Amino acid sequence: MEASEAKAGIEAYGALTGRRSARIAALGALLSLAALFSLVVGSSSTGIMDVLRVGLDGVIFWELRVPRVIMGLLVGSGLAVGGAVTQAVLRNPLASPFTLGVASGAGFGAALGIVLAGAVSKWAVAGGAFSFALITALFILGVARMKSATPETLVLAGVAIMFLFSAGTSLLQFLGTEQQIQSIVFWSFGNLSRASWTDILIAAGMILPALPALFLRAWDLNLLLAGDEMAASLGVRVERLRLTALLLAALMTAGAICFTGVIGFIGLVGPHVARLMVGGDHRFLLPASALSGALLVLVSDCLGRTLFAPHMVPIGIVTAFLGVPFFFGLLMRRKREFW
Amino acid sequence: MLTARNIFYDYPERQVLRGVSLSLAPGEVLAVLGPNGAGKSTLLRCLAGALSPKGQVELDGRALESVPPAERARLLAFVPQHVPPRLPMTVFEAVLLGRRPYLSWRPRPQDLEAAWEALSLMGLGELAQREFSEISGGQRQKAALARALAQESRLLVMDEPTSSLDLKHQLQVMTVLCGLAEERDTGVILAVHDLNLAARFAHRVILLHDGRVEADGPPSEALTEESIRRVYGVEVLRLEAGAGTMFFPMSAASGTA
Repeated sequence: MEASEAKAGIEAYGALTGRRSARIAALGALLSLAALFSLVVGSSSTGIMDVLRVGLDGVIFWELRVPRVIMGLLVGSGLAVGGAVTQAVLRNPLASPFTLGVASGAGFGAALGIVLAGAVSKWAVAGGAFSFALITALFILGVARMKSATPETLVLAGVAIMFLFSAGTSLLQFLGTEQQIQSIVFWSFGNLSRASWTDILIAAGMILPALPALFLRAWDLNLLLAGDEMAASLGVRVERLRLTALLLAALMTAGAICFTGVIGFIGLVGPHVARLMVGGDHRFLLPASALSGALLVLVSDCLGRTLFAPHMVPIGIVTAFLGVPFFFGLLMRRKREFW
Repeated sequence: MLTARNIFYDYPERQVLRGVSLSLAPGEVLAVLGPNGAGKSTLLRCLAGALSPKGQVELDGRALESVPPAERARLLAFVPQHVPPRLPMTVFEAVLLGRRPYLSWRPRPQDLEAAWEALSLMGLGELAQREFSEISGGQRQKAALARALAQESRLLVMDEPTSSLDLKHQLQVMTVLCGLAEERDTGVILAVHDLNLAARFAHRVILLHDGRVEADGPPSEALTEESIRRVYGVEVLRLEAGAGTMFFPMSAASGTA
């Protein structure tokens, strides 16, 4: 009796993990479809048949479509995985790199680049965004290293930093010329269309190495959710893990937004969508977050390009308009508590 | 197997442990008793390696801090006083966390079996697939205990493992712990508030008062009306009933702490 009960219980867990793997595979398939679709959809409307028959105009395809899709994949997965990890490390479902002020730091850095170097220099903007994202992250990490820093302290510090940088950005807008203000606002919408191959290389360099580094820590992130003391008693070096994971998350976020602007929300919603699908085990949650984040970005971008064609709606706006109702829908429909 | 020699621990504003010594043998159930603020939790956290006290704590003759965390986790399981109210996973997954010291990526069949055994020892088999956040406080506490049992360590350090449990489940948990001590030679040290529970199940009790050991011995010797008055400031009546010793609180003693 007891043995058969144990067998049934263990089998139920096996079925659960099997279901999760299947859902991750389904997400992957969906993402591949979305990527293919993104390659052929655009304001120069080339149907799938045309692409198959004659191929796309080489320049449009290789210099616009492909980089755009790749950048979308990178940005979406980077933001979502960064968000999932931040939520685990701070044990807070509200957290994301944005909550820590990293995005506001990036926004301020970009605005500073625009005002100092002029809107023409993309590098000044990206460089400013990246440096300030990293400065913010390092500052937050500094706070974390202080002895009594609880996850709550970190979130508070992040929110405070967020206000500081928002005020800084407002000040720059107040001081800037009309053209500069326009550029700052445009950057803050988020945009994938300006991605060049060099941008992609740099963003990939910041995002891709962090993914396996975080995936390998999946079990330790699981333990962290159960509390620092318990994680430590199970062999996790808690402080080291928290610092490493936060730094990697900040790096991914900086890489994701420095060229494309603030595509907020993905860092918060991506992981929650993934959690609703595959649960809280990071062995499944992290890959699922990467896939769902990338999917959200690509779908939003496609809609932004086609909905009001020939006008393009910046992706940051679409993600919010699309993502918020979608997210509420998921929250309302869920059958049970998940966090 | 676990020894503390003359350990001191200070929080910035307050001295908590002032020279505590104790030892725990395999198969022994040791209850740490004492009023609120006596230093029970601090003592257990020092013994589990969560805090680094002054003085020596030794695990199998080795200084505790020199044992690598991953190895320590296979020797000693610690259940903190506070169980997180929410965890985004099922009860079974929460218990499976206890297998972390043995896992690389995918849990092996023996990990799943150990987790299941721990779960059913705690009588949680039926809740295995429920979300951890949905079950009751007492059930969460038992799940945390099951997680420690799944660790299959030779030592269990538990901070008030019965604090959220009703009468029946208190008995159930204590019976399981005593069973492990007897059958597997597991050493168990736990903080408790309930004198009767300690007197009935523990092989030995330590009575802690203001960071010092006030009494150390079998319950019948360490828990006297006199020692309890001194430590708790409460007059108790000690009754020898058929099933064992019982303490009946009478009134707060005058002129003491």
